[in-house]
Amino acid sequence: MQKQSSFGLAKAVPAFLLLLLAVVPFAASYFEQPFYLAFFGRIIIYAIAATALNLALGYGGLVSLGHALFMGLGAYSVAIASFHEIDSGLAHLAITVAVCALVGLVTGAISLRTSGIAFIMITLAFGQMGYFVFVSLKQYGGDDGITISATSKLLGLDLGNTMTVYVVAFAVLLALLLWMARLRVSPFGMVLRGARENARRINAIGLPSKRYQLLAYVMSSVLCGISGILLANLNAFASPSNMAWMVSGDLIVMVVLGGIGSVFGPLLGVLAFLGLEEVIKGYTEHWMAIFGPLIVLVALLGKAGIVGVLEKFDDWRASRAVRIAPVAAQKQESAA
Amino acid sequence: MSFSLILSQLLNGLQFGVLLFLLAAGLTLVFGIMSFVNLAHGSLYMLGAYFAATAYNHTESFTVAVVAALAGCIVVGMALERLAVSRLYGRDHLDHVLATFGMMMFFNEAARMLWGPQPYFLPVPDMLSGTVDLLGISYPAYRFAIIVVGLLVAIGAHLLMHKTRLGMLIRAGSINPQMVGALGVNIKLLNAILFGLGAALAGLAGVMAGPILSVQVGMGEPVLITTLVVIVIGGIGSVSGALYAALIVGIVDTMGRAFLPMLLRDVMSREAATAAGPALASMLIYILMAVVLALRPQGLFPARRA
Repeated sequence: MQKQSSFGLAKAVPAFLLLLLAVVPFAASYFEQPFYLAFFGRIIIYAIAATALNLALGYGGLVSLGHALFMGLGAYSVAIASFHEIDSGLAHLAITVAVCALVGLVTGAISLRTSGIAFIMITLAFGQMGYFVFVSLKQYGGDDGITISATSKLLGLDLGNTMTVYVVAFAVLLALLLWMARLRVSPFGMVLRGARENARRINAIGLPSKRYQLLAYVMSSVLCGISGILLANLNAFASPSNMAWMVSGDLIVMVVLGGIGSVFGPLLGVLAFLGLEEVIKGYTEHWMAIFGPLIVLVALLGKAGIVGVLEKFDDWRASRAVRIAPVAAQKQESAA
Repeated sequence: MSFSLILSQLLNGLQFGVLLFLLAAGLTLVFGIMSFVNLAHGSLYMLGAYFAATAYNHTESFTVAVVAALAGCIVVGMALERLAVSRLYGRDHLDHVLATFGMMMFFNEAARMLWGPQPYFLPVPDMLSGTVDLLGISYPAYRFAIIVVGLLVAIGAHLLMHKTRLGMLIRAGSINPQMVGALGVNIKLLNAILFGLGAALAGLAGVMAGPILSVQVGMGEPVLITTLVVIVIGGIGSVSGALYAALIVGIVDTMGRAFLPMLLRDVMSREAATAAGPALASMLIYILMAVVLALRPQGLFPARRA
C-alpha cells in the first residue's frame, strides 16, 4: 500500500488563489479595470493583517479585539510623517515598527495580566483609547481623517502608485506566509501553541508561557502595523475609522472564517469575507443583514473554517483511497 | 467653577452612571454566570429605544412605550437565547465573540431596513418635562427621574438576588450549575429567564436614553463598550460591583469631559490644553480601566465565590 501524496486541496486551493492574485495586475491592466486592482490590493493588505492577527489569535490563543489599533497606527505613521513632509518609506517603516512595538509591549503586558473575558475587554478598550486619541487630534484631521499627499518612497518605488503598492503588498504577503509556515512548527511556535492548549504544563516544563505570548502579541502588532502602512498608501488616506473596533471584529471573523491557527486560513478568510461582501452588495445594500446570520452560523457550526472543510475533504479522499487499494491488490493477485 | 455647576455635572454623571448600570447589570450576570461574552447587548438597548419610539408614535403614551420596549426586548432576548446563545455556552469565548458580533451586524442592518437611516425622536413625557429644585439648583425632572428609576432597579435587583427563590437559584447556578441541575432545577429555563431579564434591563435603558439621545442605528455600540469597561472595573459577575463601577465611570466620564480641558489650561498653554483636553477626557475611563486591571485584575468589587 503506497503512501498517499500529502498534496491535497488544503494546499492546492491556497496555491491556486495565490497564483490568481499574482495574475490580477496583468489582467487588470489588460482589461483596463483599475477598480479590481485596488479591490484585490485591499484583499492582500487585509490578508497580511489577518495573518498577523492569526499569530496572536490562532497560535497564541489570545483573543484580541483591538488589533485594528495597530493597523491604524501604521496608517497614521505614514499620514503624520507625510503631513510633516517626510516621504521616506524607510522612515515610515521605522516609525511604524517602533510605535507598534512600544504600544504592543505596553498594552500586551497589561492585557496579559488577565485572561478570558477580561482579556477581550481590555484589548477592546485599548483599541477604543487609540480611536479617541486620533478623533481628537484636530490638527491631523480629527474625525474626518487625513489625506496623504506624500506617499511612501521606498527603494526607488513610489507606493502611491496602485500597481506598485499591489506588487509590494503581494511580496510582503508571500514572505509572511512562508515565515508563518516555518514559525508555526518552530520551537517558538510549538511553545506558543502549547501554551494555548495548557499554559500550566508549559510553565511546568520551565518555559515562561506569558513571555512567549507577549512576544507573539508584539510581533503580531508590528506586522499589523505594516499592513496599515500599505493600506494608507493604497487609499492615500488615514482616518480613525481604520482603528474602529468593528474593524478588529471583522479581522477576527476573517481569521475564523478561513481557519484559525492555520497558515493559509487568514488569506482564505479574507478572500471569502471581502469577496462575499462585494457579491452580496451587488444584490442588496443591506449586505450585513445576510452576512450577520452567516457569521452566527459559522460560529455555531464550529470553527474549523474553510481550511477545515478542505482538510476534511482530503481526509475523506485519503480514506477512500485506503479502502480501494486493498481491493485492487486482491484483484491483481487473483488475476495472476 | 461654581458650586452649582459642579453639582449639576455631578448629577449628570450620576444619571449617566445609572443608565450604564441598567446595561451592566444584565450583562455582568450573563458574563459571570454563563461565562458568555455578549456583544449583542448594545443591540437590545437600541431595539428597546426603537420599540418605544414606534409604540409612542402610534399611541402617544409614554407608559405604553415603556411596556412595548420591555416586552419586545424580553421576547427578542429569550428567542436569541433559545436559538443561538444556549448552544454556545460550552464553547470558548472566541465563538461567543464571533456569534454575537454577527448578531450585532444583523440587528443594526435590520433596524436600518425597518426604521430607515434617519434618527427617531422620543419626547420627554409631559409629567416629567419640568425641573426639580435640588440644593438650590434647578435640574431637569426627566434626568432626575432616570436617577430615581435606576436606583430603584438597583434595590430591586439586590432584593431579587438575595431575598427570592429565583435569586437563590441564580446564585447557586453561578457556583455549580451541574449540582443545581441535579437537584431538579430546570437550569436551561433559568438561563433563559436570566438572559431575558438582562434584555429587559437593556431595553429599559434604551427607552430612558431615548428622550436624551436620538434613537438611531448604531446607538448601541458606544454605550456597549462603556458598559464593558464598567463590568471589567466592577468585577465580572458582580451586580453590586456593576452598580459602584457604573456610578464611578459615569461620574468620571462626565466630570472629565466638563472640567478636564478647563483644568489643563491652568497647567499648560491654551493651545496645548484645547488639543489635549478632549483627547484625555475621552480616554479617561479607559485609562481608569487599564490602571484597575494592572493593579487588580479581578476588578474592584469582585463577586464572592464559595
